[in-house]
Amino acid sequence: MLDIKSLRAGIAEREILKGIDLIVKPGEVHAVMGPNGSGKSTLAQVLAGNPAYEVLGGSAIYNGEELLELEPEVRAQKGIFLAFQYPVEIPGVTNAYFLRSAYNEIRKARGEEEVDPLDFLDLIEERMKLVEMDSSMLNRSVNAGFSGGEKKRNEILQMAVLQPKLAILDETDSGLDIDALRIVAGGVNALRRPDNATIVVTHYQRLLNYIIPDYVHVLANGRIVRSGGKELALELEERGYDWLLDAA
Amino acid sequence: MTDAVLMQEAGSQDLAQPATPAPLATRDTRAAEYVSQFDEIERADEPLWLGAQRRAAIESFSQLGFPTTKNEDWHFTSVAPLLERGFAPILNASTELNAADITRFQFKGDWQTLVFLNGHFVARLSQVESGERIYAGPMSDALSDDARARNVERHVGGLAETHTKAFTALNSAFAGDGAFVHVLADTVAPRNVHLLFVTDDAAEGALVSPRNLIVLEHHAEATVMESYVSLGDASYFTNAVTEVYVGDGARLRHYKIQRESISAYHVGSWYANQGRSCAYEAFSFAIGADLSRTNIATVLDGEGSHVSLDGLYLVNGDQTVDHQTTVVHAKESCTSHELYKGVLDGDSHGVFNGKVYVHPEAQKTDGKQSNNNLLLSEGARVDTKPQLEIYADDVKCTHGATIGPVDSTALFYLKSRGLGPSIAIRLLTYAFAAEVLEELTIPAVRDELERLAFERFAVGA
Repeated sequence: MLDIKSLRAGIAEREILKGIDLIVKPGEVHAVMGPNGSGKSTLAQVLAGNPAYEVLGGSAIYNGEELLELEPEVRAQKGIFLAFQYPVEIPGVTNAYFLRSAYNEIRKARGEEEVDPLDFLDLIEERMKLVEMDSSMLNRSVNAGFSGGEKKRNEILQMAVLQPKLAILDETDSGLDIDALRIVAGGVNALRRPDNATIVVTHYQRLLNYIIPDYVHVLANGRIVRSGGKELALELEERGYDWLLDAA
Repeated sequence: MTDAVLMQEAGSQDLAQPATPAPLATRDTRAAEYVSQFDEIERADEPLWLGAQRRAAIESFSQLGFPTTKNEDWHFTSVAPLLERGFAPILNASTELNAADITRFQFKGDWQTLVFLNGHFVARLSQVESGERIYAGPMSDALSDDARARNVERHVGGLAETHTKAFTALNSAFAGDGAFVHVLADTVAPRNVHLLFVTDDAAEGALVSPRNLIVLEHHAEATVMESYVSLGDASYFTNAVTEVYVGDGARLRHYKIQRESISAYHVGSWYANQGRSCAYEAFSFAIGADLSRTNIATVLDGEGSHVSLDGLYLVNGDQTVDHQTTVVHAKESCTSHELYKGVLDGDSHGVFNGKVYVHPEAQKTDGKQSNNNLLLSEGARVDTKPQLEIYADDVKCTHGATIGPVDSTALFYLKSRGLGPSIAIRLLTYAFAAEVLEELTIPAVRDELERLAFERFAVGA
C-alpha cells in the first residue's frame, strides 16, 4: 500500500527526516514512536502533504503512485487521512457543513454521486455513535471552543465519515484523559478493515494498549533506529528511549 | 485566521503612500460647476427655512471644495475618479418601476418599505406609516403637514457637519427626497422600516442626494434599513446623509446595504446623537460601487448608553471601499463596540479609520475597536488606522487591526479533508465574514447578508 524509500524532508532549510524507509501493507497497524524532536510529526505532515514542509529526497509510493507529487486534497481523495495533533478551529463553518462538503468532494473525485443533506445526516448520526458524540456537535463551528478531547473525537469522526485507506494518527493520544482515550481508540479499532491500514504516531505507549500495532518503529534524529513487534513498545515504556539513542 | 497579523498603533500608517490626488484645476472647476448648478434649480414650493439651509450649505461647500489627500480624513482615498465627470440631479421623476423589479431587494418578515427611484419617492410601491405615535414616510410628504414640518425643522441640520464636511454640505444644498422616521416616546415601531433607494439606467450621470431624518423619542424603538441598489450599470453619484436622534432609553437598529452599480460612486454619512441609557446599533454592509465612502459618527451624549458599530465590506476588481467611524464619548459609563471586517480581492483597496474621542468627564468608558482584513490576492490592499484620543483616566479602550491572507494552516486542514483550493478558500472567507454577521440581531437581515456574502465569494473565488 505504502512504500517509503530514503525519504528526506525538512522545514526552513533544516533537515528533519534524514532517510526513512517504511513499508505498510493493507490490514496492518504501524506505530511510529520516538522522543520529542525525532521527526515523528514531520513524517505524518509530509505524508499528508503539508506545504510548510519541503521534501528533500526519496520517494513514497502509494498504491503504485508517487504520493509526494500530489496536492493534499488529491491525497485525501485517494484515501489518505491525517488526524491532526492540533485540529484547526474554523469559526463560522458548522461541523455538519464541513463534513458533508469533504465527504462529497471525495465522492466526486471518485466519480460517485453527491449525497443530499438528509441522507448525509443519517450517515453521520450513525458514525457519531462510534465516537460517542452528541448530535449537537454537528451545528457547532468546526473545533471552535471544543475541549481537547472533543477535538480529537472530532478527528476520528471525520475519519469515520471519510473512510480512508491509509489513516495517519498524529499524537492522537496527547491531552486525552483515559475515558477519551478509550473512546478514540475504540473508534479507530471499529474502523479497521483488512483493506485499510493505520500509522499511529505517538510518544507514549499507552495508546497502544488500546490500538494494538503489528509493527513498532522507533524514530530518532530523523531515522528509524529500531523496528519490531508490539513488545518493542512495552520495552520502550519500561526503559525509555535513551538506550536506543545511545545504541544509534 | 490571518497569517500575518499586524497590530498597528494609531498613526503607524503615516509612512504609507497617500492616494493619488486629483489635479487641482479639475477639482476647483468641478466644485464651481456644482455651485453654479445649484443656482439654476428652482425650489418655489419649499419652506423658507429649508431654502436658507440650502444656501448656507452651498456657501459652505463652495468654501470647502472637494477634499484632497492632504485632508487627514481623505489621506488614503482620492476622490479623483468622482471628479472625472459632472453629475446633476434628476429634477423630475420620469421612469417606471415595477414591483417585480424590487422584490429581490426586500426582506422576509414584517417590513414597511419606502421606495425611491433615482431620488424620487415612488408612492405606488411604498407603504407609509402615519399613525398618532409614529410617522415613517417620505420627507416630501412630511413637509406638507404643518406639525410634521415643524418637527423636521427642529431636527434637520442639527447634527450634520455642513460646515466642515464637503460632501455633507453638498448633500444639504442639493438634498432630494428621503425618509422621515419619527417614533414618539414609549412607542415601538410596529414594522421594520426599509428605505430602498433604487437607481436604473436613467440615472446615468445623476447626482442623487437622499436626505433622511430619524427621530426616536425617549424609550422608543425602531429598526431602519437603508438599501442602495441598482437595476443596471449606470454611472451615477449617490451622496446621502442621515441624521439620527436616539432619545433616552430608546433603541435603534440602523443598517445600510450598499449594492450600488459597479460604475457608481457612493458617499453615505450618518450623524447620530444619543441620549441616556439608549442603544444604537449601526451596521454597514458594502459590496457595490466603484468608489464608496461611509461615514458614521455618533455622540454618546448621555450616561450609560451603548453604541455598536459593525460592518462588512467585500470588494474586488478596482473597487475602493472606505469606512470612517467616529465615536465621541461625552458622558460617563458608556460603551462602544466596533468590529469591521473586510475581504478584498483583485486590485481592490480598502480603507478603515476608526476614531474614538473620550472627553474628560466620560469616566468608566468601555471602548473596543477591531478591524480585520482578509486579502485574497497580491493586488489587494488595505489602509487601516485606529485613532484614539482619551482625556479621561478611568477608561478601558482597546483597538486592534489585522491584515493578512487566508491562514495557511486552516487551508491545509481543509485540503487534507479533500477540499480543493477554491472551495477551501471560499469556505474560510465565508467563515471570516460570518463572524461579523452574527452581530446582526434580526434573522431576516442576517440570512440575507449571509446569502449575499456567500454569493459574492462563489463568483469571486
